[in-house]
Amino acid sequence: MNKLLKPAVFAASLMPFAWLLYGAFAGGLGPDPAKTVILQTGEWALRFLLLTLAVSPLRRISGWYWPMRLRRMLGLFAFFYACVHLASFCQFYTGWDAGRLLEELAERPYITVGALAWVLLLPLAITSTHAMQRRLGRNWRRLHRLVYPALLLACVHLAWQVRSDYGEALVYGVFAALLLGYRWFAGRRSRQ
Amino acid sequence: MPGRFKVPGIPSSEITPESVYLRRRQFIQAAGAIAAPGVLGLSAGASAAYVPGETALEYAPAAKGPLGYYTDEALTPRRDAASYNNFYEFGTGKTDPAAYAHEMTVDPWSIEVDGEVAKPGKLHLEDILSRYPLEERIYRLRCVEAWSMVIPWVGFPLSALLAEFQPTSKARYVAFRTLYRKGEMRGTRSFTSSLDWPYREGLRLDEAMHPLTLLAVGNYGKTLPNQHGAPLRLVVPWKYGYKSIKSIVRITLTEKQPATSWNMSQPREYGFYSNVNPNVDHPRWSQKHERRLPGSLFKPNRIETLMFNGYEEQVASLYAGMDLKKHY
Repeated sequence: MNKLLKPAVFAASLMPFAWLLYGAFAGGLGPDPAKTVILQTGEWALRFLLLTLAVSPLRRISGWYWPMRLRRMLGLFAFFYACVHLASFCQFYTGWDAGRLLEELAERPYITVGALAWVLLLPLAITSTHAMQRRLGRNWRRLHRLVYPALLLACVHLAWQVRSDYGEALVYGVFAALLLGYRWFAGRRSRQ
Repeated sequence: MPGRFKVPGIPSSEITPESVYLRRRQFIQAAGAIAAPGVLGLSAGASAAYVPGETALEYAPAAKGPLGYYTDEALTPRRDAASYNNFYEFGTGKTDPAAYAHEMTVDPWSIEVDGEVAKPGKLHLEDILSRYPLEERIYRLRCVEAWSMVIPWVGFPLSALLAEFQPTSKARYVAFRTLYRKGEMRGTRSFTSSLDWPYREGLRLDEAMHPLTLLAVGNYGKTLPNQHGAPLRLVVPWKYGYKSIKSIVRITLTEKQPATSWNMSQPREYGFYSNVNPNVDHPRWSQKHERRLPGSLFKPNRIETLMFNGYEEQVASLYAGMDLKKHY
């Protein structure tokens, strides 16, 4: 069980990507496959971000240690899906044309917000190795607090695109608020 | 046309309790009455089987020429058009209408025409299908979300219907309403939607009387599938898709500009006119380009959006002297 945990979660985390890949070649992504890929990868990036941030509250509340062993991997999957999301946008909506990309960034502010969230995640992914953790010491924890503004930006990125029904954005927002709120309260208690 | 309309008597749907007539379709199916879809159109009577999306229609082919009734651009395949829809009464996802619109009862159906008309009245689905000569129109459809399709509609000009009810001299606008039946429309049961039901749309009378403005009863040669707005919907090809209101139950001629759903929900983003205009961006995104569907991952099909969706020659005169940045 112990040995299987990580590979099992790794395989499960790849499933949404595998499904999209299969759909892309089997023609199962509908008349607007580019949009399907972009929506799905964006949602999975946000879900993995929330899962990553749920790890330490879960550990504290339950006392289990095993969730901690998954945190890095879940965080990297959040970054992985964010990368596929961003790359799909560049490929399908802008054709990697820098002019078009700048135009989209300028005209669609929610895209800028989403791009900013990705930029905040980038140094976290780069410094995710044990070696970097040791090298950065106390600064590693400080640096990795960037995940909180990244999560907030990702939620804004989603909510900003709502046309009429804010139900889905609300659900993600409530989870984000719970996870961030927990840390705020826990932090206050430990300072007292 | 003029003079042929007579005020209908009391139809059976008015004296049958709603709960009973809403089950009529199931009853007919159980009785095996819809053995073969007949041909509606000129010959249709109350006895002809009406099956949304299935019954073949009789119609004249789209006329080529400068009127804009026809385009030789590649048609969006029927399957794609029927599986990618915005019909928020059934959910906000693109595949929700295809999944849930079958829950809507469309037969029996009637439309009430009232307001500033000399002869207010009610039209029944059978009358609509038999009274008006049907024709095909191949139109571009440009959604405000920056995707587009090319769809062969079957219908008749809205002007033909309006003329029969004789708009009064006070009539300046036309207001439309979609069916609102909570029990059959799961999207209207959402607690987090900012749209107010029933869905409402409107046109200026001269826009409504324009020959391009179509009341569609079918597409791809057959009756409309529910997700496309069966049994009867508006198609205004030079405006963003949401102006082409679906599953219409009421048409009211008014003196004042009517309230419209998206405009009520987000007035800064969705104006009353909503003409396709690449020079006026949606506040949250650009309207300069569109994705012509179906696209593929390897060929995104991104094309430039045309003024009035390419119908500038036909409709620009309606807006002569108007500031379209202000009247978006």
